[in-house]
Amino acid sequence: MSSPIRLKDHALDKRLIHSRLMMTALLVLLLSMVLVARMYYLQVVQYEHHSTLAENNRIHVQPLPPTRGLIYDRNGVILAENRPSFSLTITKERAGEWQAVLQEIVKVLQLDEENFIQFEERVTQVRRPFEPVPILFELSEEQIALIAINQFRLPGVEVAAHLVRHYPKGKSFAHSVGYVGRINEDELKKLDKVRYSGTHHIGKTGVERFYEDELHGEVGYEEVETNARGRVLRVLKRNEAQSGKDIYLTLDYELQQVAKKALAGRRGAVVALVPDTGEILAMVSEPSFDPNLFVTGISFKAYGELRDSIDQPLFNRVLRGLYPPGSTIKPMVAVAGLDTGVITPSSKVFDPGFYQLPNNTHKYRNWNRLGDGWVDLDLAIARSNDTYFYDLAYKLGIDNLHKYMDSFGFGQRVALDVFGESAGLMPSRDWKRARYRQPWYPGETLILGIGQGYMQSTPLQLAHATGLMATRGKWVRPHLAKTVGGVPVTDESPHPDIKLSNSKYWESVRDGMESVMHGARGTARKVGEGSPYRIAGKSGTAQVVAIKQGEKYDRDKVQERHRDHALFIAYAPAENPQIAVAVMVENGESGSGVAAPVAKMVLDGWLLGPTADEDIEPQTQETE
Amino acid sequence: MQKKFDALLDSGDVTRRRVSLLQRVHLDGWLLLLILLIGSVGFFILYSAGSKSEALLIKQASSFAVGLFVMAVIAQLEPRLMARWAAGLYIIGFGLLVVVEVMGHSAMGATRWINIPGVMRFQPSELMKLFMPLAVAWYLVRHNLPPTFKHIVVSLLLIVLPCALIARQPDLGTSLLVAASGLFVLFLSGLRWRWIIAAIAAAVPAGIVTWLFFLRSYQRQRVMTFLSPESDPLGSGWNIIQSKAAIGSGGTTGKGWLAGTQSHLDFLPESHTDFIIAVLAEEFGLVGVCLLLLCYLLLIARAFIITLQAQTVFNKLLAGSITLTFFIYVFVNIGMVSGLLPVVGVPLPFISFGGTSLVTLLSGFGILMAIHTHRKWISYA
Repeated sequence: MSSPIRLKDHALDKRLIHSRLMMTALLVLLLSMVLVARMYYLQVVQYEHHSTLAENNRIHVQPLPPTRGLIYDRNGVILAENRPSFSLTITKERAGEWQAVLQEIVKVLQLDEENFIQFEERVTQVRRPFEPVPILFELSEEQIALIAINQFRLPGVEVAAHLVRHYPKGKSFAHSVGYVGRINEDELKKLDKVRYSGTHHIGKTGVERFYEDELHGEVGYEEVETNARGRVLRVLKRNEAQSGKDIYLTLDYELQQVAKKALAGRRGAVVALVPDTGEILAMVSEPSFDPNLFVTGISFKAYGELRDSIDQPLFNRVLRGLYPPGSTIKPMVAVAGLDTGVITPSSKVFDPGFYQLPNNTHKYRNWNRLGDGWVDLDLAIARSNDTYFYDLAYKLGIDNLHKYMDSFGFGQRVALDVFGESAGLMPSRDWKRARYRQPWYPGETLILGIGQGYMQSTPLQLAHATGLMATRGKWVRPHLAKTVGGVPVTDESPHPDIKLSNSKYWESVRDGMESVMHGARGTARKVGEGSPYRIAGKSGTAQVVAIKQGEKYDRDKVQERHRDHALFIAYAPAENPQIAVAVMVENGESGSGVAAPVAKMVLDGWLLGPTADEDIEPQTQETE
Repeated sequence: MQKKFDALLDSGDVTRRRVSLLQRVHLDGWLLLLILLIGSVGFFILYSAGSKSEALLIKQASSFAVGLFVMAVIAQLEPRLMARWAAGLYIIGFGLLVVVEVMGHSAMGATRWINIPGVMRFQPSELMKLFMPLAVAWYLVRHNLPPTFKHIVVSLLLIVLPCALIARQPDLGTSLLVAASGLFVLFLSGLRWRWIIAAIAAAVPAGIVTWLFFLRSYQRQRVMTFLSPESDPLGSGWNIIQSKAAIGSGGTTGKGWLAGTQSHLDFLPESHTDFIIAVLAEEFGLVGVCLLLLCYLLLIARAFIITLQAQTVFNKLLAGSITLTFFIYVFVNIGMVSGLLPVVGVPLPFISFGGTSLVTLLSGFGILMAIHTHRKWISYA
């Protein structure tokens, strides 16, 4: 029953083992083939894929930001330059606990909590991985030293040298050249990410903004080999960046200084341009601000002060200040009257001191309540007689008035290359219907004739219209850039010139404007007195607060800020105009008394050159 | 007497094998040649993988020298002695594993070493790679083959207990190799197919249970990462993605020696130890990998021949297990680096940097040489 005791059979055992060995040998071969197949799959079939993976691992493309183009005035005085500056950068990926590192920076440099919040904001902006983000600009020697000493506590923090925009003339060109500032979140979304990789600043206003594309240049790049920790080992390929184009402006540094000085600290705007070419020679909006503050990031407090100041230093009065043009519009209205034939140079209107519409008791007053008696065109302009222009406007009608004012550029953007220009407002029947759902009233035409009412214009528009008077209707858009990268700017869509039925009309109006300056009864005869050249000018006042019917404008009653704005336009020499000027002095009250002398100083500055007694600020003026 | 013996030798009844110098010192020429060949290839790869560090090469070379010395010493031992010591060695090895478990030296999150200050630091689990097949073979040859159920159970216990201890260290790779060395003995001894099928059938539920209750989270992570490395490209999947990129970007002929970007720019982790095959694949391409694999297969083929020519069952089982375990090293290492298998710490034999595994491997080949060179050639016609 019991099974037989099996003896050890070595031969049998060996045979058994050998058969098993053969099996395993086969298995070894099979598995080896699996390995070879796997390697074949990875190295031959998927070669492209893995090859790309490995290359992408190794090669990183780093942007080389271009150098921003420089900005000069018409004579080569530098207005915007690039200055080497040291800034503190942090690379989030290398910093680890970056918030703690930021706190450490604040501690080391003895900054405050506000800086920390600013740092945090900058670091959290969307950036490419491993891209250092600048958080603090314009490091002082002392700060650089402090960072160096504490480097071991600040992983990922580096002091980087790069070029930062600098405006050597400070406040003088803040409203024309503008400034660059850090690219913000919104701009980042709209920008060409490739073109702006490595660039931290972008033009925010002025020429810097308008010519951003030209000034920026073309980004270069370098392919660098990096290791697994992102450290750059060597440069494989380098494509240099292309610097931005340099821009020569039409502005004249010295005339700008003259204009600024002429305003003598009053709030106001001065625009001067070359009538024939549209070149803007001076563009002053006072008070101004230091654009350098914005380049490196202005502090909340400093910005708040600028923004909330009652003097509105950030407000560009030349481009965005909207004022009723007042009597300065009268020469243009006169041109309209002559060309439509409702008046002739010699036709006269009797001024009893007011004007009344037929069948209406409302009295439209002349500024001279006594009246000027019989007034012809020349006297009407020289005396700035309101009654004459009420009558003229009434005869013209709103449609004609609108048509001619439109051809002088009112109610539209006139400049070729300025950023943020306001269109102003030139009312019409259609406009009023759309805006107020009301018909146009004849009374509104009257006050429009003396530049009051709905009409609003910018100092730039006034200067441009003055230029049109000087060139006898030749339209050239005012512009700030003379050449961009050596190429003169051109107007792609030129405006048609103003053609009058008789070009003598221009002279008739010019004579009137000359009488303003040089005539016996001219409103600005005191300013024109003793001038070595003839000036054609026109004064104006723009009401800030409307005066009630029957009430007299009493300067003592009116608060300083509610006083009328003083306006003045002029071109000279009258027979061969080389410069046209528009001046606006806020709350200056008297166009001929306050604004005209300013205009005269600017004309002198351009036509006579800087004289010895006009001590123009030296060009090496530094910003505060 | 002497004359009588000489006459007997000359009689033709006895063949006397011509014995070479190598055989006299109990070394096998083929094995030695192939080991040295693979080893020298390894030095080139290591030089590249270790960022041209000469110190690394010197360290590896001295380990190699020690390993060759140990191999030579073991080759002098009679396999009979090994069989006699098998039980004792196994008990010592197991005891040391318990010591590690109780008071081992930790490094890099794992407790694998016994530290004798000033003298040495070693891993008992490495010893077990050799003691395991010795012990199982010794146990099985005491009885008739194929093993009965009882013997299988005892063998499995012999295998599982130390493996469990090693896996707990945790050292999944070594545990796997030790288990393989024991199981190969069992398989070669003629383990019946029904048991094998039954074991596989049982392995599935056992695997699930192990997954749920025994695997450490990092081990589970490894398996999960293996299944989809792209799911965590910067974390646990990084290694495998980078090693695949290294291998794949090598293409057919490779980027050239010292020109592998993945390893030289530190994208490839552990490039001089477990992942060194990726360096070779990147720099020498598919051709290089196939040539290396050919060398390994030649070495394995020679070991197979030795196994076939071994004269006792014990020797056959031992030699066969050592041979197959060696192949497991190669297969698991290349398999894991190329993303076929989970990443378990198994070095590439003779090429990966590391003294301990080198000495263990060479000791194994020492046993093979001993088995081959201590054969008896006197037979009576």
